[in-house]
Amino acid sequence: MKINHDLCDICGTCVAVCPTDAIIVSEFKVTIDNEKCTKCMNCLKVCPIKAIEDEQC
Amino acid sequence: MLKDRYDVVVIGAGPAGSVAARFAAENGASVLVLERDREPGIPVRCAEGVSHKGIAPFIEIDERWIASTIEVARLHSPDGNEAHMLNNGTGYVLERRVFDAELCSLACKFGADLITKADAIDLIWENNRIVGVKYKYLNEIKTVKCNIVIGADGVESRVGRWAGIDTKVKLEDIDTCVQYTLAGMKIDKGSCDFYFGEKVSPGGYLWIFPKSDTTANVGIGLSGHLAHKKGPKEYLDEFVERNFPKAKIIYTVYGGVPTADTLKEIVRDNIMLVGDAARQVNPITGGGIVQGMIAGSIAGKVAAEAIKKQNYSQKFLKKYRKEWNKRIGKNQSLMFAIKNKFFGMKDEKFNSIVAFCKKLPPEKLTLKELFTEAIKDDPKLVLGIAKAFIKSKFKKI
Ligand SMILES: Cc1cc2nc3c(=O)[nH]c(=O)nc-3n(C[C@H](O)[C@H](O)[C@H](O)COP(=O)(O)OP(=O)(O)OC[C@H]3O[C@@H](n4cnc5c(N)ncnc54)[C@H](O)[C@@H]3O)c2cc1C
Ligand code: SF4
Ligand code: SF4
Repeated sequence: MKINHDLCDICGTCVAVCPTDAIIVSEFKVTIDNEKCTKCMNCLKVCPIKAIEDEQC
Repeated sequence: MLKDRYDVVVIGAGPAGSVAARFAAENGASVLVLERDREPGIPVRCAEGVSHKGIAPFIEIDERWIASTIEVARLHSPDGNEAHMLNNGTGYVLERRVFDAELCSLACKFGADLITKADAIDLIWENNRIVGVKYKYLNEIKTVKCNIVIGADGVESRVGRWAGIDTKVKLEDIDTCVQYTLAGMKIDKGSCDFYFGEKVSPGGYLWIFPKSDTTANVGIGLSGHLAHKKGPKEYLDEFVERNFPKAKIIYTVYGGVPTADTLKEIVRDNIMLVGDAARQVNPITGGGIVQGMIAGSIAGKVAAEAIKKQNYSQKFLKKYRKEWNKRIGKNQSLMFAIKNKFFGMKDEKFNSIVAFCKKLPPEKLTLKELFTEAIKDDPKLVLGIAKAFIKSKFKKI
């Protein structure tokens, strides 16, 4: 999974639905740890600005 | 002077964290608050609506953080009908950037220390117990020791996960939101508006909370499992284009609201979760400011008591859970049970409810009437509402 940092507003909504704690938020950036990610697509579905993409698509 | 050891470390300076810090400090604990952002209250991710009864126990009402005073709620059905609700008590639309900073200052006034730009990154463990917090301050990794950690880190909470608590929210139990503060409108400063319906806001609602006669927070929350194809921004843009084509966007908010029940676990040894981090939000209205403050006040007091008794066990800290359940938690569970039914309604049902509500005089129309009408074919839920109102607790929220 990949976050488009030009779109991401650092709102943290994606973190709440991630089953594996793969999403890390800091003051200026949200990143996804692809080693932990199980590609469940939850984050992609709730992101209000659609800033998350599945790289393989 | 900052210390390297405190009785209590609070992570997050939102309403829940600041009130927890204040009550812990007021009751004798030494308290440090860590806040990731440069200032408490910024950025604002909120429609800023609260009831007078909800906030009055915690802070003296001050016009510096009140944008408008609300007396009427207007409910709009998909077919364009409108019902007015008067007597839920006075409400306010806040200036949250000022309000949050004020709550945090109150905590500091009672003796809590605060570090901003301090991003908590992990808990520190010794012999299987939490003994402190690791955080990033500017470019340095720092540590602070404590007996109790209070996780008040909002919807994006990770503190609970670090402690081994399952904090994950289901897609259908989170609202994905977009809000514009619009300028150049002509609106009634004393009323807020709620729009429902499959075409306007599936699985959630759209709101207009006025900040003045010409500006308002206009936003939408869609249920997470329904927002994939057409997202909240598209629905909101359509609504604004239809209703306020000339208004200008002066502020944009993205965010998520947990519309779930309180987490099963909100305490473990040496740790408590409060506010959005514990999913202590009204699952129907999405209101979490007052709930977070109530939770914070209970947790802060219990933390100070635990410090005095030197007992930081889950068993002792569960006092917080018990008191929470008594004051709000039970009602939250009921609202959660009603939520699926309420937001699962078809447009025709919304139309008929608003038509029913319209027949009642505004001073007689209450949330109880509204929800009872919505779920009247489900006697168990109706009974639950009746019981809750007999205790008349959710009037406070
Ligand atoms: C669009 C929208 C509209 C809303 N409208 C309303 C409304 O009208 N009325 C209402 O009552 N509620 C509303 N809510 C809900 C309300 O905003 C929240 O319930 C409320 O802010 C929760 O307070 P809190 O203190 O738990 O968390 P927050 O206010 O989110 O505060 C959490 C704090 O923790 C900090 N933090 C997070 N992680 C870390 C870390 N690792 N280290 C240090 N600090 C950290 C954050 O920076 C933040 O300051 C709305 C929410 C949204 C998204
Ligand atoms: S796809 Fe699922 S597991 Fe991966 S980051 Fe998103 S929510 Fe987490
Ligand atoms: S939900 Fe979207 S905008 Fe919000 S933090 Fe996650 S990626 Fe960024």
